[in-house]
Amino acid sequence: MNRLNYLFANKQEPILSIYFTAGYPNLNSTLAIAEALEKAGANFIEIGFPFSDPLADGPIIQYSSQKALENGMSLKALFDQLKDLRKRVSIPVVLMGYVNPVFQYGVEAFCDQAAAVGVDGMIIPDLPMEEYQELYQDYFTRNHLSNIFLVTPQTSPERIRQIDALSTGFIYLLSCSATTGKNLQISDETEAYFRRIKEMKLNNPTMVGFGIFDKQSFKMASQYTRGAIIGSAFVRLLAEQDGIERIPEFIRSIRY
Amino acid sequence: MNYQVNEKGYYGNFGGAYIPEMLYPNVEYLRQHYLEIIYEDGFQGEFHQLLTDYVGRPSPLFLAGQLSERYGTTIFLKREDLNHTGAHKINNTIGQVLLAERLGKKRIIAETGAGQHGVATATVCALKGLECVVYMGEVDIQRQAPNVARMKMMGAKVVPAKSGSKTLKDATNEAMRDWINHPEDTHYIIGSVVGPHPYPDMVARFQSIISAETKKQLKEKTGSENPNYVIACVGGGSNAMGMFYHFLEDEQVQLIAVEAAGKGIYSGHSAATSILGKEGVLHGCRTIFMQTGDGQVVEPYSISAGLDYPGIGPQHAYLQRIGRAKYVSITDDEAMQAGKLCAQLEGIIPAIESAHGLAYLEKMKFFGNETVAICLSGRGDKDLDTYMNYFKW
Ligand SMILES: Cc1ncc(COP(=O)(O)O)c(C=O)c1O
Repeated sequence: MNRLNYLFANKQEPILSIYFTAGYPNLNSTLAIAEALEKAGANFIEIGFPFSDPLADGPIIQYSSQKALENGMSLKALFDQLKDLRKRVSIPVVLMGYVNPVFQYGVEAFCDQAAAVGVDGMIIPDLPMEEYQELYQDYFTRNHLSNIFLVTPQTSPERIRQIDALSTGFIYLLSCSATTGKNLQISDETEAYFRRIKEMKLNNPTMVGFGIFDKQSFKMASQYTRGAIIGSAFVRLLAEQDGIERIPEFIRSIRY
Repeated sequence: MNYQVNEKGYYGNFGGAYIPEMLYPNVEYLRQHYLEIIYEDGFQGEFHQLLTDYVGRPSPLFLAGQLSERYGTTIFLKREDLNHTGAHKINNTIGQVLLAERLGKKRIIAETGAGQHGVATATVCALKGLECVVYMGEVDIQRQAPNVARMKMMGAKVVPAKSGSKTLKDATNEAMRDWINHPEDTHYIIGSVVGPHPYPDMVARFQSIISAETKKQLKEKTGSENPNYVIACVGGGSNAMGMFYHFLEDEQVQLIAVEAAGKGIYSGHSAATSILGKEGVLHGCRTIFMQTGDGQVVEPYSISAGLDYPGIGPQHAYLQRIGRAKYVSITDDEAMQAGKLCAQLEGIIPAIESAHGLAYLEKMKFFGNETVAICLSGRGDKDLDTYMNYFKW
């Protein structure tokens, strides 16, 4: 059991997770933001490691990724920064990013390093399920890392079952098929999709991400799932001068 | 030796479908059905009819007399520049638009570098009455203005890609993002042998008409269907794959793929992918591309927009790895000179992309009278501004 599993097993209220890009707005802001998020009441965090060609991301995360790279962020730099992670942060931490930097680092070394600094899971949207299962699953399992898969409204029920069987943390439901940063339009269709997933009674908990940006969208998603993930809306806050100081205010605006 | 994709979508280590879940349903549906759709009789009938009546195929195989004399060997040019819209790209877009129709898709998106693939996509969309959106890097919009005008003339929407190097790779990112946001009604016509499986194989099959014809024409003209050398330029690699396709199994035929060295392979302004590249995942497939030690894509450079791409298709990565084809590179200067030479000796103005293939002739040594077949992938009309500026005319 890792921190993520513990969280999902014990938390009653809707779970709020926040995504941000490592090395943005400043190279060394990563841990300070993580710490501030925990203090402000986020339940877990997703730290994005940047890639030059983030093809599933909208303009906000494209921008933060580009800035982070310009600031000198890399997987090696990130693991250096995370050496003190568990002295400063106790909530679960998931790393999220594209597969190419992971391949260059080496999947095995990546998993070992992540576990060594106290990371609990990974979201690598362009690592295919089949390749994961055949080639890499052992590295994740032996390090107690959850590999988290995405599901969209177009994902077939059979595939959702396969994903459920392979998942060990939670399942990441996309509110709709979209790049990041498009505000969710709550519609009957979205609710019907969330309801359909809920009725599948999956073994793993589900969280909604992509398009969650305010109290109302968070609340709506949490009715059908264990909670939701906010990314672009938070990264947009970090772009502002006093962004880091305003983290408590931001979290409050979602929760209450 | 098997040079084609295996049932898992790989060429050796290369290929696969490294895509986020949002793209999975469309790509998986294609994977399961593309062969059955494109080899269905009705499809093949319409495909070949359009290639004949609309594109103007077969494209001629021209014995380039003065070039042959200059290099002391027999040189044939496969005239893809004479196709409707002026390049090989339309072979693929005809195939894919017919596919899109059968998939019931109403909206077509594409990326483009030189604008040839964008024009070829806009063309087939006009022909079939489909909505068309083309992503094109801001830099390329500047240097290939005539093609932007052609796309607009045919009713396509041209959207500038403003991220990264503002060229082909960034246009490809934007097209993928569009597809992620419109999974239901949209088909993405990828313009080269890149992207997730089955795209590289599908595009290669549509382009393989080039080598099927070349073989037949060589047989008629020389008595042998196999030349000593086959040469083609490589951006993503679609004209080269089409030109190599039916020669792959004829091991005695030397296949030569010409990349863009830009201002020099090690100048920091180059697109000599197979020399500078490393294995990794770009645009949905495992292949060779230029990247940093940390796995960040390195911005390529070439004077030719169509070759200004950091990677090559997975089948090329495989052919290079196993040594079936030779990957070489040509600088901007060498290509520009070869373009001028071809224009002045043969009365054919080649696209700067294609001129890279021609330029390699300068570096070859021929033994007796050998036969060379070069894919003249496109015509140079779109490049006149670049030629004029380069030669300061
Ligand atoms: C005339 C011409 N040749 C070659 C290319 C390179 O593409 P590929 O390597 O896929 O043939 C292009 C691309 O735009 C082109 O327009």
